[in-house]
Amino acid sequence: METDPIRSKTERPLSELTLESVVAGEVTPEDLSIGAETLRRQADAVEAAGYRQVSQNLRRAAELTLLSNQEVLEIYKALRPGRATHAGLLEIADRLESGLGAPLTASLIREAAEVYLLRGIAK
Amino acid sequence: MRSKRFESLEERPVNRETFIEPWAEAGLTVISSPHDPSPSLRIENGMVTEMDGVPREQFDLLDHFIARHALDLETADHSMGLPSPDIARMLVDINVPRAEVLRVTCGCTAAKLVDIVRHMNVLEMMMGLTKMRARRTPANQAHITNRLEHPALLAADAAEAALRGFKEIETTVGVTRYAPLNALAILIGSQTGRGGVLTQCSVEEATNLQLGFSGLTTYSETLSVYGTERAFIDGDDTPWSKAFLCAAYASRGVKTRFTSGTGSEALMGHSQGKSMLYLEARCLLVTRGAGSQGSQNGSISCVALPESLPGGVRVILAENLLAAMLGLEVAAGNDALASHSDIRKTAKLMCQFLPGADFVTSGYGGIPRYDNMFAGGNFDVSELDDWYVLQRDLQVDGGIVPVREEDVLRVRQRAARAIQSLFEAFDFAPISESEVQAATAAWSSEEMPHRDRLMDIKVARLMVDGTLTVVDVIRALSEAGFHDVAANILELQRRRVAGDCLQPAAIFDDGFELLSALTDPNDYGGPGTGYRVEGRRWSALQELRQVRDPRSYAEELSPPETQPWLEEIGPALRSDSLEVIIAVGPAFGAEMGRTVGGLSHRDVLNSMVHGVRDEGVPARVVRVHHTSDCAFIGHAGAKLSGSGVAVGIQSKGTTVIHHRDLDPLENLELFSQAPNLDLDTYRQIGRNAARYALGEPTEPVPVRIDSTARLRLIVQTLLLHLRETRQIDADRPPTELRLLPKEQWDGDRPDSEQDGKTS
Repeated sequence: METDPIRSKTERPLSELTLESVVAGEVTPEDLSIGAETLRRQADAVEAAGYRQVSQNLRRAAELTLLSNQEVLEIYKALRPGRATHAGLLEIADRLESGLGAPLTASLIREAAEVYLLRGIAK
Repeated sequence: MRSKRFESLEERPVNRETFIEPWAEAGLTVISSPHDPSPSLRIENGMVTEMDGVPREQFDLLDHFIARHALDLETADHSMGLPSPDIARMLVDINVPRAEVLRVTCGCTAAKLVDIVRHMNVLEMMMGLTKMRARRTPANQAHITNRLEHPALLAADAAEAALRGFKEIETTVGVTRYAPLNALAILIGSQTGRGGVLTQCSVEEATNLQLGFSGLTTYSETLSVYGTERAFIDGDDTPWSKAFLCAAYASRGVKTRFTSGTGSEALMGHSQGKSMLYLEARCLLVTRGAGSQGSQNGSISCVALPESLPGGVRVILAENLLAAMLGLEVAAGNDALASHSDIRKTAKLMCQFLPGADFVTSGYGGIPRYDNMFAGGNFDVSELDDWYVLQRDLQVDGGIVPVREEDVLRVRQRAARAIQSLFEAFDFAPISESEVQAATAAWSSEEMPHRDRLMDIKVARLMVDGTLTVVDVIRALSEAGFHDVAANILELQRRRVAGDCLQPAAIFDDGFELLSALTDPNDYGGPGTGYRVEGRRWSALQELRQVRDPRSYAEELSPPETQPWLEEIGPALRSDSLEVIIAVGPAFGAEMGRTVGGLSHRDVLNSMVHGVRDEGVPARVVRVHHTSDCAFIGHAGAKLSGSGVAVGIQSKGTTVIHHRDLDPLENLELFSQAPNLDLDTYRQIGRNAARYALGEPTEPVPVRIDSTARLRLIVQTLLLHLRETRQIDADRPPTELRLLPKEQWDGDRPDSEQDGKTS
């Protein structure tokens, strides 16, 4: 079965990302970023080899490719102990799910919200 | 009264360390605290309702996370139902493959995991690690830092470490604002030394993440986890924030490895009286649950804490094994200074070195300890040759290969020049020629010229705020003529795009060959299987620069005489007059010219002749051809001697005083340790032989005792003896020798002033 070539986040095939094209100014930093599809493919391979949790992490990672560095940093900060309210975390989860198509990450954050409340580390 | 022995022992390096009794309440037990829970697991409707004796209502953060993410619930009932000793036996049973063990161990709770390894001794744990580690090929990681945070030196050191074969290189900073420049320096350096080395700069999480986003780093092992809720929160994280971070790194193609280790919770005052290993098992379950592909564990910076307790080093190995039992890549510690004692440090190392780990150390100092910003480091550049020798001794792959000095200098200089060009292209504070030269040859940062560090700090942020990117770095290096370095950095970015670094236990071998738990799974199943040090790798590990060719070495040690000074004047006849015979071996003073102690045969013979004459007895010199054995040479001489006394000497210098009435293997005096003999001793041997001939009472010749002589010179002794043995002419009787007149000799001799007599 023929597989599609690996593409960057910007949908450029790996074969285009050569030293010549970098020197010619035809490659941007975004072109050197991993895309969601590649992450999901790696997740499939890893899952088939029996690494379920690693594969789930890669599926969450696939969702996060759509977020800017700044957004990622902000969510991370919110998840640190005592930083966000229960409602605040749920709000982030909703935004991720409905706005950004990131249901797996949303589910992780909802779970955090629930446990943080139980353990008294929500803000 | 004090025993001198006890006083002396107290000064030993090992006694600079602290040893304490266990104290469970303070978390000072390595395994089996009375406060550790017993294994238990209750699952109702697919939900864990009790784990290790704790009902769901009382779960803490870690319990909640572990119950939801870490345990393979479909197999958990079966796993928890198996007796722990049975699972321990599976770990060492070569007939049970790794995958089958994983199916069992991945359904075990923290208490169950500890209960399994509790039944194993160190050797069994090592067997377990050999089989259970994720990647077939073991590897090693280097620390590259320096006190000045000098970019050229960082690049040069990273290049050398890469050339030596370290698969990951980690740096850190004294001052956080340098982080982007340090990350850049080791990226460039490493890709100069060998394309495919993964790099990271260990800093606070948010900065670290930015470095990963920018493409300056390809892995991160800063994600610390702890075994109790309080310790976790003191670390300003939760299992969920770490899990999110793990996904965040992966979303940029960056490999992550969580870090934990025995003793950290006790050190933070939050052990809850639990044993160190139990808490570590919880850390590892959090690590697995978060989807991290691996763990850096093995006590790490707390290593001295478990080591202060009985069984501590065993338990550090047990932590590595537990990580492997959860399918995690293991970077196995051996990074923080583990002992003042080289014996203890090495013994501890063997627990990971011999079985092999995904990373045998999670940071070998590729720099002197002086420059190690990871609080010192356990092994450093001064111990590289010891490491190489251990690999060669044991036929074990400790993850690095021997290198040649000229190759090291070449890559160091090229790396320093690459970063010099880059700084020039980016208009950063220039790196001078003298900085490049100093970085190329340096032992440590003490030799580096002064540098304006403020200027470096100013530009460092340009590497993370988007002003300058890794694309600019690749382009600038290529334009400056460093196409190979640029190509390697680009290839590393392409591999990030492909997600190759995200497979469990991923590293890149030569030529960017991906080795991971998927492409290179550990298939150990007993002798003849799994990773074997053989073929090209074994050849490479043998090629130490100190290794000599024994064929040419013998000649180098004892070159043939170029100018003859001994002349054969015919068959040696038996005499009846008072004399001492000095019988030399077949090669003496001819095909060979020096003893194993480095003395010239001419000087040695001259000393003995003078010694004999000191007592007023004539000396006659003969050569024995039919044997190279010292006793038989001496005995052959004694049989010809008018007095019955002879000195026998081999070309390597071993000497005997013999008498014809003794059996060949008896003697009057034997000087078996030739390296300890000097010319005075040889002269005294001559005197004693003469006194035996005169029948006078004789004190044996005192000899220097050097217990290292055999260690230092056994190979040389063998080679010299072999060289002489090859000169044996079995059928030829002894011949008489004449020392040619001294004006025909070249060089100076001792005694020539005080004694002008010749034979």
